[in-house]
Amino acid sequence: MMNTIEMNTIEMNTVEINTIEMIRSGRIRRRRRWFVVTMVLTILTMALCCAMLLLGNTIYPLRDVIAVLAGEEIRGASFAINTIRLPRMVAGLLAGFAFGIAGYTFQTMLRNPLANPNVIGVTSGSSAAAVFCIIVLQSSKAVTSLVSVIAGLLTVLIIYVLARGTSFSIGRLILVGIGIQAMCNAMITYLMLIGEEHNLPAAVRWLTGSLNGVKLEELPLLVITCLIFVPSICLLGRPLMMLELGEQSATTLGVRTDLVRVLLIVSAVVLAAIATAITGPIASVAFLAGPIASRLVGIGTANSIPAGLVGAALVLAADLAGQFATPVKFPVGIITGIIGAPYLLFLLIQMNRRGDL
Amino acid sequence: MGSHLFQAKQLVAGYDQKMILDHVSLEIPSHEISVMIGANACGKSTLLKTLARLIKPASGEVLLDGKPIHQIPSKQLARVIGLLPQSPIVPEGISVADLVGRGRYPHQSMFGSWRQEDDEAVAEAMEMMNIAKLANHPIDELSGGQRQRVWIAMALAQQTDILFLDEPTTYLDITYQIEILDLLTDLNRKRGTTIVMVLHDINLAARYADYLFAMRQGQLIAEGKPSDIITSELIHDVFGLDCTIIQDPVSNSPSVVPIGRYHAHSGHAMMQIGGNVHAR
Repeated sequence: MMNTIEMNTIEMNTVEINTIEMIRSGRIRRRRRWFVVTMVLTILTMALCCAMLLLGNTIYPLRDVIAVLAGEEIRGASFAINTIRLPRMVAGLLAGFAFGIAGYTFQTMLRNPLANPNVIGVTSGSSAAAVFCIIVLQSSKAVTSLVSVIAGLLTVLIIYVLARGTSFSIGRLILVGIGIQAMCNAMITYLMLIGEEHNLPAAVRWLTGSLNGVKLEELPLLVITCLIFVPSICLLGRPLMMLELGEQSATTLGVRTDLVRVLLIVSAVVLAAIATAITGPIASVAFLAGPIASRLVGIGTANSIPAGLVGAALVLAADLAGQFATPVKFPVGIITGIIGAPYLLFLLIQMNRRGDL
Repeated sequence: MGSHLFQAKQLVAGYDQKMILDHVSLEIPSHEISVMIGANACGKSTLLKTLARLIKPASGEVLLDGKPIHQIPSKQLARVIGLLPQSPIVPEGISVADLVGRGRYPHQSMFGSWRQEDDEAVAEAMEMMNIAKLANHPIDELSGGQRQRVWIAMALAQQTDILFLDEPTTYLDITYQIEILDLLTDLNRKRGTTIVMVLHDINLAARYADYLFAMRQGQLIAEGKPSDIITSELIHDVFGLDCTIIQDPVSNSPSVVPIGRYHAHSGHAMMQIGGNVHAR
């Protein structure tokens, strides 16, 4: 004991160059890892995007694809690429990115790997409203999308108000979210039972995420949403890392926690709600992307962008697998659900063992 | 280190509808170590949190250099006041250096890159806490005593003039308790940092504090130098405990020896009848 204290007193006035160097090199190493992983993920996602454009019933050569994208008219190819493959690819890319970054934001902010837009009620609220529109109101697709986005935001608001109490509590938020989710699911089941048969396929699309039949004219909304809210989440990356330390530490370090939290929730919720309106809830992506990104990059850096890229890559890869890996074509949500389920089990077992549940 | 006038005026604060602090007014002595003592649930932790702006008072105000702290921009305030919470939350898998580095947040702009001075502040804080060698280790591998030093290092990297600590020695072995308190004293003596902390152990409080605040039921009932205010009457008022005050043979500070219902030898019992004992 005496030794350590004496050593300490001697070292205190001059900070050793060694220590600074060690801290600097460790920081640079972790920073470099972030950069390399992000680059690799970007390249992987771009490759998957190319595959989405190249592959299909007919495989067009890269040259034709580029020509079509440049505006040239090629019989057959133009229709297949502009009307089917391009919207499908863009929807998968952006929705995947949106789900990934929204999920990561919730998981980090709430410090709980189970927290995702599903638990917060965005997706279940959206889905319930959409199914209601289709089966009861028989409204058009545009109206359905709009109503579902509004319903998603309203559900979040309801959950936040119900869970608010006098001080912010993560556990309460998640529990109320799970309760509301169960109510939404009950409503969906009821609607599906009373619904007319010809409406059911359209409704099912809202329950299982799918990139089938996404139209080019639906996409500008998703593009604009991503352009606004992805940068806003990235800008809040540092305060988000502080929130990870808990309410008290974050406040002490000068973060305006209430403001930052509201901005992050609004950004993540809008991203998830709009993406759900275009593709339906693509299962597990929001929930898987953050942990995968953190595993690849390491903890201690803001991983919003890697998480978004992992989300996009997951959706694109799952969609390709659903289209081409099996004789039967599966919608993307089924494939991501199959990947997500074992991870959820693993997580529950791990949390149970640690006593977090 | 700059001098600051840090005051609380007529603070009423608590949780929900239940108010714990009952019109507390105080001034924290600059460049000294102040310790708050009191029985469980007397409001010492609530007072500390209210001073460190974690709890918004229902009435009254906390003033830094005459200005209410909630009017000071939060990052600017975070460069003057730091706090080590009682049970801080550790992000799983984070490295020690990264965690300590988060203490630099109030010194960084939103887009600004990491600067040389940030590395230096982190290095200095880690050396002060004797954890420099652990810099690139994940925090999950550390023992309780080491973790506590990491948290204090994070608060040091924040480089504030005033540092609040909510029971920094709880759950630690006596050896680590002394080590932490010695390191905090180093910090106070070398940097002039004003330290305000809650301590459970009255004898450690009496030894390490330059100034004591004694609380009971949400009120401040005594304050001053330990040797001036610690008497068996005060300890009885604060803790409801009968005791004898002796002089700590190591530090000459007052030391509380509880009496209890058993074990007091007969000579002592007679002394008690004779009145309050001051063997000093």
